[in-house]
Amino acid sequence: MQKKRKLGRGVAVVGVGMSKFGMFKDKDSKDHFVEAFREMTASIDKGVDPNDIDALYLGNFSNDFFTHQAHWGPIVADIIGHVPKPATRTEGACASSALAFREGVFAIASGFYDIVLVGGLEVMSMRSTEEVAEGLALATIPYEGKAAFTFPGVFGATATAYFDRYQANREHLFNVTIKSHSNARLNPRAQYRASIREIMDSKIDRARKKGMEVPTWADEKEFLRDPAANPVVAWPMHLFDCCPISDGASCALLVGEELAKDFTDDPLHVIGIGQGSGRGLHAKEDLTTFEATRFAAQEAYGMAGIGPTEIQLAEVHDCFSIAEIVHIEDLGFFKPGEGYKAVEEGRTRLDGPKPINTSGGLKCKGHPVGATGVAQIVEIWEQLRGEAGERQVAGGDLRVGATHNLGGTGGTCTFTILERR
Amino acid sequence: MEARPFSDTSFDRFLDEEKLMGSRCDTCGALFVPPRPLCIACGGSEMEWVKMRGTGTLRAFTCIAVGPPAMRQEGYGRARPYCTGVVELDEGCRVVARIEDVNTNDPQTISIGMPVTVMFLHRGEGPDKTTYLAFKPAEGSEP
Repeated sequence: MQKKRKLGRGVAVVGVGMSKFGMFKDKDSKDHFVEAFREMTASIDKGVDPNDIDALYLGNFSNDFFTHQAHWGPIVADIIGHVPKPATRTEGACASSALAFREGVFAIASGFYDIVLVGGLEVMSMRSTEEVAEGLALATIPYEGKAAFTFPGVFGATATAYFDRYQANREHLFNVTIKSHSNARLNPRAQYRASIREIMDSKIDRARKKGMEVPTWADEKEFLRDPAANPVVAWPMHLFDCCPISDGASCALLVGEELAKDFTDDPLHVIGIGQGSGRGLHAKEDLTTFEATRFAAQEAYGMAGIGPTEIQLAEVHDCFSIAEIVHIEDLGFFKPGEGYKAVEEGRTRLDGPKPINTSGGLKCKGHPVGATGVAQIVEIWEQLRGEAGERQVAGGDLRVGATHNLGGTGGTCTFTILERR
Repeated sequence: MEARPFSDTSFDRFLDEEKLMGSRCDTCGALFVPPRPLCIACGGSEMEWVKMRGTGTLRAFTCIAVGPPAMRQEGYGRARPYCTGVVELDEGCRVVARIEDVNTNDPQTISIGMPVTVMFLHRGEGPDKTTYLAFKPAEGSEP
């Protein structure tokens, strides 16, 4: 049994922002953060004076490698006029900004600060695909690196173990991809705003215009089966199982709960927050789960005093299609071995009983790794407050949402539960 | 041999010598491959080296078409993926390792549960020498 934990002081989210994710030749890390910061200040119903922000926690995995510039805390602090107040960078691979969020929560809960800006950024598109793969592989564990595992490779191996154990197959992963694309087409800040059907139609159009042989796919699954359209990356992970290379930034303003009314009448309360660590593939007792996720979830559920059934929607770390299936099991939304069936039955769709990754997820919204954790918070903010536009989860009574962020090959995982009261 | 520290460096030097070695806790008998200096089962810090037989079972794998620069230099790529995976040793521990002598262009022919035996892939010479742990299908087993 994990020890039941609680915050010494309640913490609320009063504003959020993110840049449009994608690959941008003409924008650098500062530009992305400014875009996210502007959106965040605009989202605060009663406004904020940036001079009142006590501290900044910034998640960044490896702009050092991707952009040849390290030490982004003070650089970002400077551009938003925060200097000389403190700026701290957090690093937990792809979970870097979830750690920034968590540190911000602790800083306020301790009573030391009242108003804290948390966020993240990553600019990856200056590098080639091969270089990005190499950069991300820095966050595997050394044994995996020596065995020539890439990130898609680690999740490919996870998929083969999952398939073998639960008699699932590659076709089941297609359901995740189709859903992600269908959600992202409704998200204005997503990197890929097209359904699989629309991608097929545009490829058919292009072939026609160029006078090339026109592909004839019967449906989305046949398209995804076509190795010309969906080539293998690390079997069974194919191109459409993998999140893209992305640039972007995200941020959120956290305040002591008793101060929230000065900023908005409609804040989100941080009711559960958990973090766990994990080992490499060789040391995992079960290749079809992530122990760090399970630990983080138990910590967060324990603190919130609720269980998985009370989570109405969640953003989970779908860096690869199989990851989404494993996470929704590890988080307790579905039983082990039932996740792929739940996706197949449409239970995680926007109109299903447990919507997962309404933003389009990492797969289609994009995954500027250091920005992802707080960008997931942005989606839950918009959904719970009824501001998600075309992709708004229907039903009207949304109260509790959660975010799950995974770093490395499961070395760092977080789970955060937010409540609208 | 017994004097070597229980480190990744020692593990790698043993691989150079074509030995797959683990550490066993003197106190509780827990076995670790690669070796650990501290026992995470009982907290003990006295270890001894144990040589693995080098036989095991494939538990997970992937065939990588887009690999890191070192693998591209070895000639691997989209036309020729390489296989890497998780092997459970007969002694009970698991290791990650390259998987050789399998048809990476038809991964459906590679099966979880397949028995495998150890190989050592030597690359480079002198101070640059590195040995990669690998496994191949056991004699007489279907790949």
